[in-house]
Amino acid sequence: METKKIPTRNGFGEEIVALGKENKDILVVDIDIGKSCKTGDFRKALPEQYLNVGIAEQNGAGVAAGLATCGKIPFVVTYAAFGSMRICEMIRQEIAYPNLNVKIACSHGGLTPANDGASHQAIEDMGILRTIPNMTVCMPADAVAARKLVRAAAETYGPVYLRFTRDAVPVIYDDSAEFTLGKANLLRDGKDIAILANGDTVHLALKAAEQLAAEGIQARVLDFHTIKPLDEAAVNACIDEIGSIITVEDHNILNGLGSAVAEIVAERGKGRMKRIGVQDQFGQSAPYERLLEMNGITVENIIAQAKRLIAAE
Amino acid sequence: MQELTLTQLKNKATELRIRVVDMIWKAQSGHPGGSLSVADFMTACYFRYMKVDPKNPRWADRDRFVLSKGHVCPAQYAALAMTGFFPMEVLDTLRKEGSPLQGHPSMTKCPGIDISTGSLGQGLACAAGMALAAKLDGKDYNVFCALGDGETNEGEIWEACGTAHKYKLDNLIVFVDWNNLQLDGTCDEIMPLVDLAKKFEAFGFEVASCDGNDMQQLVQVMDQLLASKNGLPKCIVGKTVKGKGVSFMENQVGWHGVAPNDDQYRQAMEELNALYVEEV
Repeated sequence: METKKIPTRNGFGEEIVALGKENKDILVVDIDIGKSCKTGDFRKALPEQYLNVGIAEQNGAGVAAGLATCGKIPFVVTYAAFGSMRICEMIRQEIAYPNLNVKIACSHGGLTPANDGASHQAIEDMGILRTIPNMTVCMPADAVAARKLVRAAAETYGPVYLRFTRDAVPVIYDDSAEFTLGKANLLRDGKDIAILANGDTVHLALKAAEQLAAEGIQARVLDFHTIKPLDEAAVNACIDEIGSIITVEDHNILNGLGSAVAEIVAERGKGRMKRIGVQDQFGQSAPYERLLEMNGITVENIIAQAKRLIAAE
Repeated sequence: MQELTLTQLKNKATELRIRVVDMIWKAQSGHPGGSLSVADFMTACYFRYMKVDPKNPRWADRDRFVLSKGHVCPAQYAALAMTGFFPMEVLDTLRKEGSPLQGHPSMTKCPGIDISTGSLGQGLACAAGMALAAKLDGKDYNVFCALGDGETNEGEIWEACGTAHKYKLDNLIVFVDWNNLQLDGTCDEIMPLVDLAKKFEAFGFEVASCDGNDMQQLVQVMDQLLASKNGLPKCIVGKTVKGKGVSFMENQVGWHGVAPNDDQYRQAMEELNALYVEEV
């Protein structure tokens, strides 16, 4: 049976309406791509909590900062490429440095805006924002996780960057799943190899684990939806209990989940790992699945790398 | 708050200038030129217009001040100390390790700072956000925002003007400190500003121009703009003199970001103290 596939931006669009109805201080600050970022329902249902500042991301970040100093909880909504890089310094100066309660909610994360080409494929965003103090950086694995993590972000004081997919990804969680920012979710346990993934690659990790199990290899699969703060305890447990770790992400292999995990492995001087992700190269207009393939972000490669790591033990 | 006379306001501006030069001399670091040119607007805000409570710096209904040209924070620090947000001695800690008075203002470290600034071009958007929050909450506080002239080179300033106009932020009062000098030279040389008043007008502001170092003109213009609740954001284009009040600093691009030495300090103090006027 084919699993249901939904873009994670839809999960955001749903939950933000619920949150806005519960708390009138929750605002949406759109940058003229609200339709595409799924804030249409919010705009209709809560016009008094809805702002649109036009195609002016830098101003949007500043306006949100000003609103937050007055007790509002603004969600700045745009595409990941713009919400991280175009306004990087505004986030740093006016949101992260004063530690304001602003959420940056971005669709079109990673390679998911596939046919839009490299200009719209944000492969650097999470890594860039991870280096800014006070930031929380997060990518949900499916539409359920998106809803839950959007709620967690709204209920947690401080700046949070949320990254969603444009394209549909399989739903892997059921509604009862629990999420805490900064705490990885254990999706499957095993002792032979650890697969740490986030966002739209989590379902690939699960599929790989299933196939590995058929060959007698038991994989532990963790959803690292938050890369900052990183669940260091979960990484350490993988190092101590398993030793071999694969990271998978729809992000450049530089500075994202793989790098964050590698920092711990290197400092421990224990454990082996392999990073799977975008190979430090720009994308192009092509089908989403093809772009993943070009970068080795596939079930087959996860399996191959797992076997290679285990063989090297 | 009891309303100060014009003479008293002028003397407050003089005291503020003295404290600016004093703290920068003690720190041997800071930006005297722009601090002195914005001093009169700062004084007018804190001693005539702003509803603030130094005992409760985060009072929700207070007026806000956004120093978008964050490097001239000595002027705001002096105003905050003079209005009682913190003891006067704190001014001596400017730019020192552990001080609430950072080289550029930090809202988490210094009481009375409503938003951290220091990276040019970003303050007006934040000020617009604050003014917008007042409108959303049906509150009547004002937001005052000081911009540098050179700072208007930044595109984000004009983006923020769009928001201020769209959301009818007539509780937003912008002051452009047009001293015509930026870091590398005159504005005309670095990036000509053409006609700032016309620019802000074109962006939907109600604009008034005046001599930004003349307290009488400033008060007149600000009284008029603050009374005008017509849905238009306000802009005062203030022609000012960088380094105003200290002869050797006036109109000197070199005094953008350097501290006076001991001799210069003594001369500056002499000149500034001579500016005090007696009530007639």
